Amino acid sequence: MTIVEKASALDARLGTLLVPAGGFAARARRDALERLTAMGLPGRRDEYWRWTNPTDFAATEPKPAKALAEDEAPIFGTLDRLKIVFVDGVFDAAASDDLALEGIEIARLADAPDVNWASGFYGTLEAAGQVPVKRPFATLNTVAATDGVLIRVTGKPSKPVNVIYIHKSDRSDPILHHCIRLEPGAELTLLENGPAGARFNGVMEVDVADGARFHHVRAQGRDHDPRAITHIFARIGAEALFKSFTLTVNGVLTRNECVLSLIGDDAVAHVAGAALGDGAKDAFHHDDTVFITHDALRGESRQVFKKVLKHGAQGIFQGKILVKPGAQKTDGYQISQSLLMDDDCQFLGKPELEIYADDVKCSHGSTTGAIDETALFYLRSRGVPVEEARALLVLSFLADAIEEIEDEGLKDEIVSRLESWLARHRD
Amino acid sequence: MLEIKNMHVKLEEEDKAILKGVDLTIGSGEVHAIMGPNGSGKSTLSYVLSGRDGYEVTEGSAVLDGHDLLDMEPEERAAAGLFLAFQYPVEIPGVGNMTFLRTALNAQRKARGQEELSAGDFLKVVRAKAKALKIDADMLKRPVNVGFSGGEKKRNEILQMAILEPRMCILDETDSGLDVDAMRLVSDGVNALRDANRSFLVITHYQRLLDHIKPDVVHIMADGRILESGGPELALVVEKNGYADLLKKHGIAEVA
Repeated sequence: MTIVEKASALDARLGTLLVPAGGFAARARRDALERLTAMGLPGRRDEYWRWTNPTDFAATEPKPAKALAEDEAPIFGTLDRLKIVFVDGVFDAAASDDLALEGIEIARLADAPDVNWASGFYGTLEAAGQVPVKRPFATLNTVAATDGVLIRVTGKPSKPVNVIYIHKSDRSDPILHHCIRLEPGAELTLLENGPAGARFNGVMEVDVADGARFHHVRAQGRDHDPRAITHIFARIGAEALFKSFTLTVNGVLTRNECVLSLIGDDAVAHVAGAALGDGAKDAFHHDDTVFITHDALRGESRQVFKKVLKHGAQGIFQGKILVKPGAQKTDGYQISQSLLMDDDCQFLGKPELEIYADDVKCSHGSTTGAIDETALFYLRSRGVPVEEARALLVLSFLADAIEEIEDEGLKDEIVSRLESWLARHRD
Repeated sequence: MLEIKNMHVKLEEEDKAILKGVDLTIGSGEVHAIMGPNGSGKSTLSYVLSGRDGYEVTEGSAVLDGHDLLDMEPEERAAAGLFLAFQYPVEIPGVGNMTFLRTALNAQRKARGQEELSAGDFLKVVRAKAKALKIDADMLKRPVNVGFSGGEKKRNEILQMAILEPRMCILDETDSGLDVDAMRLVSDGVNALRDANRSFLVITHYQRLLDHIKPDVVHIMADGRILESGGPELALVVEKNGYADLLKKHGIAEVA
């Protein structure tokens, strides 16, 4: 695309957006619009979008996507948690819990007071995350997000916060933006589940202050048709911990970007994902794009991404570790693996390391393979039917990613969803 | 119990005959041993009986308790009572040993139309059997065979055998990679399972395993056939003189 074409594509997209006026975020939105206008929306020729076509995210209208008829109890349903529900991006007060909880302040972006903790924060991590690679859809989100949650954690709340997304309308196009700050020493477990709409643009900015701990477990829903582009931007302070796990099954097109900066000494950042796609009925294209910057001493980062692909499904991984000068004793690890269940699937991986400090330990690995026939025979020789044996070996393949979830109960929730997906997708 | 008749097998990928007419009948409660030089077809026989891919049976039959084994999937053979203790047990990261054992047992019970065992009942069964094989709780919790020593892997095979209670057990070089103590432990485990209703086919290179697991019949296999069968004394002859004389007697060139 030429610059003129890019500008008109952006103009067309902006023309369909209802940018909320006023409010505490007004200035941040204006700044973001300026940045977005300067960068434009990505096209197929952009290097960062070489393997995932951004056209559907940039289009003025979303492609229609049917909501899946509910046939199983929603994930996390049996846990004690504080629910915040968005239906097609619109806050559902009746379905949500009272937002008051000790040790935590929760407000909505759409009705937050003009003076609040997020006024100097909204959009800042997203803006910082534009260097060295542009992420225009995140900026678009900052410009036009209609709602989201603002969460400030001062203590250790007694239960997790669960943002639940429900998709009902075939043509919903929600843009949600969450701001989360964990004050020093605070702790939060944030759960997200469900497809947010036919086309979802989600941004989450997370500021994890010194000594704070943030756990994030996300399940992106089972709907087959939706498209989603999500960004997590996090800044992790000294001795703070950030851990995020995402389960993706189904979805025509998903791109999850995660941009993390370890800015305090001894910070820990782990990001993991398990994606399972079956292209038999609908397409499945899943893209994990991760950028981790080490900018302090003794930082530890881990990226563990696993994809199980069937019937023409496509998996993408672009992961980078950048170690800045002076970030000595960094320990960076990255693994991306795919299990191809048949011959017509595709996995494309681009692991990158860029290191400017001389006393660091960084490693990356990427593998693509089929089910191990010897292991399959071993299980069958013990009487396990072939499809059940295959499912066990898929779980075995995904185990390293699932292990990144610390809480046993949440781990079990994810495993049970994996098992039922595998049971539904036997050949 | 197990009746193998004139079995001919070749590799699927290449036109190479491995078994060239094996006849073997094992009665209920009997322990048979097969010895033979490398490349004689011993392990192939165990794989073909348990249904591993990559082999083509060109002639002959194998029947276990009236079931035509060659017509069944590996999991069906297991449910029919066949068990193969692997020479190299496979590591399965991320799948707990307990989960694996329970999945296997319940799959077999289901296939036989029996009720599945509850987690509690299963735990009791496993604990009792594991104790006899000196398998501790940690080994049960760990992923299948991951980080197990050679001896632990073989003990785990025998534990599976004890839990699945097969009719026909094939032990494929179970003694390989075992020290003296581990061999005794594994042999004790096998001997404890000897029963009038259970038979064993013990494949080994060495006579010493047969000191522990005393066979009723010993077969010498070479070049894809059983050359001679006899009592336990046959193993002693081989141990003393090697295979050279036997091979010569049957007109088989020595395999390198």
